[in-house]
Amino acid sequence: MLSGNLLWVLVGASLLGIASGLNGAFAFLQKQSLVGDAAAHSALPGIAIAFLIFQQKDLPLLMLGAIITATLSVYLIQGIINRSKLKSDAAIGIVLSVFFGIGIVLLTIVNQSSSGNQSGLNDFIFGKAATMARSDLVWLSGSVTLIITTCLVFYKEWKLMIFDATFAKGIGLPVERLRLLLTAMTVLTIVTGIQAVGVILMSAMLIIPAATARMWSDKLNIMIIMSALFGAFSGACGTLISSLKTGLSTGPIIVLTASSLFLVSYFFSPKQGLLVKIRQRRQLEKQALEQEVQGS
Amino acid sequence: MNEIWVLVTGSLVGITCGLTGVFLILRKMAMIADAISHTVLFGIVMAFIVTQTLNGVWMMIGAGIAGILTAYLVQVLQSNGLQEDASIGVVFTTLFAAGVLLITLFAGNVHLDVEHVLMGEIAFVPWNTWTFVGITMPKAVWMLLFVLLLNILFLVVFYKELKISTFDPVFAMSLGLPLVFLHYAFMTLVSFTTVAAFDSVGAVLVVAMLIVPASTGYLLSKSIKVMLISSMAVGIMSAIGGYYFAKLFDTSIAGMMATTAGLIFMLVFLFRPYEGLLVKKRKLTNIHEIVVK
Repeated sequence: MLSGNLLWVLVGASLLGIASGLNGAFAFLQKQSLVGDAAAHSALPGIAIAFLIFQQKDLPLLMLGAIITATLSVYLIQGIINRSKLKSDAAIGIVLSVFFGIGIVLLTIVNQSSSGNQSGLNDFIFGKAATMARSDLVWLSGSVTLIITTCLVFYKEWKLMIFDATFAKGIGLPVERLRLLLTAMTVLTIVTGIQAVGVILMSAMLIIPAATARMWSDKLNIMIIMSALFGAFSGACGTLISSLKTGLSTGPIIVLTASSLFLVSYFFSPKQGLLVKIRQRRQLEKQALEQEVQGS
Repeated sequence: MNEIWVLVTGSLVGITCGLTGVFLILRKMAMIADAISHTVLFGIVMAFIVTQTLNGVWMMIGAGIAGILTAYLVQVLQSNGLQEDASIGVVFTTLFAAGVLLITLFAGNVHLDVEHVLMGEIAFVPWNTWTFVGITMPKAVWMLLFVLLLNILFLVVFYKELKISTFDPVFAMSLGLPLVFLHYAFMTLVSFTTVAAFDSVGAVLVVAMLIVPASTGYLLSKSIKVMLISSMAVGIMSAIGGYYFAKLFDTSIAGMMATTAGLIFMLVFLFRPYEGLLVKKRKLTNIHEIVVK
């Protein structure tokens, strides 16, 4: 049943899930989830520009372009917030939509040029996980290893930065540079994943596993591990489900698997779950009622 | 003639989105609009699956429901302790994924392909006409006019309430204003605006027209009326400018409209009247002169 190609896709999707789960957890706690969304959209013009300059579909070159524009977008968002009265939501929205617009303009130009016709750059919008090949995996596993290593090495510093930036500064940590590193890792995750699940669904992989893990734990180390596990599980499970029937595209199924996990956690998690909260509220009401009865 | 219809459609998108966008920016809900513009796809696909037609009215209803659903779900997650950005992210990516999946499963061979929904094709607008009370106009223009009318009506009726609840929600609550109703009514309008514009500029680039001109207006003005006018003006300028730029470079019109809006925003950001770079420089030199004297 596990044909060669499916196996590669399975491994790739799980690796990607681990990377985005790990990174997404940090981004989530920094309240930067939607910045990741903007960066994912902003990778599109970079890919198109790289193709227009080099006229070939070499993955590393396209990825380089994507990294440059995605990083630029994060900078611009910060710049707009710092230098005007616009709030973060507006800044993110502006950068996201304008970069995506530029991306579409360039993509149309690429598609009309003679060499661009078969470039398949459109795949970057929705992703083509099912066509992942062994060569893509080398690149994918390389960057995933880098992301995981960085997360492990800088775990303590990032933890401090997230929960008490002032204290971190006080003991001499280069907070700005640490933040930059986190952004760089997020961008790298996005750029790695774009080919598989596409620009728009990539942000889901950064946000949903982290939000799910948050439902289960208050501890950072446990949350991060769970987030990575949820990401990997969604990737693997989504790939398997989508291989059952043609027409079930892999990207959306992966996202929907992640969402189902979130939904289950939302209702049934022992700490933050809706059911637990309702039960607690009932108990409180009961207690209050009893006290009232006793008091009167 | 066709060119004129494309320009009219673009300008109508600019005006309608510019109008709605102002309150989105002021209420700090720009990213909810982004979410709605994605989930509208889900509503449209559901409407198609249920009715098996691509009728504008059903699409509008489906999109309206999807928009309210999005706003509602985000609210529910948030009130249960999940932070706002993550709530928005979880809801819209899920519904968008569901929408994309449903399209590939059930609506693959009709006009409803995903790329069209996302990017629109304003160049085809003039060929799809509809006659009503003896007037023949492109369908997109009819739809945009209807939504614009709805928007203006809403603003005229609820202008005061909207203003108070935007700038001072606590005061609005103490006055007994129907805040919840206003919120969801406004969200419904945003979804309608998105659907009406989606045929011409596509669901994703609607966000550009909703957020960018209004943000530009926000930078340019200190009162809500000036902001409304400048936002609509920037919307029209982006639409018309975008059309001619697209013609010049022979590329996507919708993409170019968003790009032009971004360009205008950038210029205003750099040279705006109150705190732009030029003004700051002039202030600096003024101070310098005073010091020298």
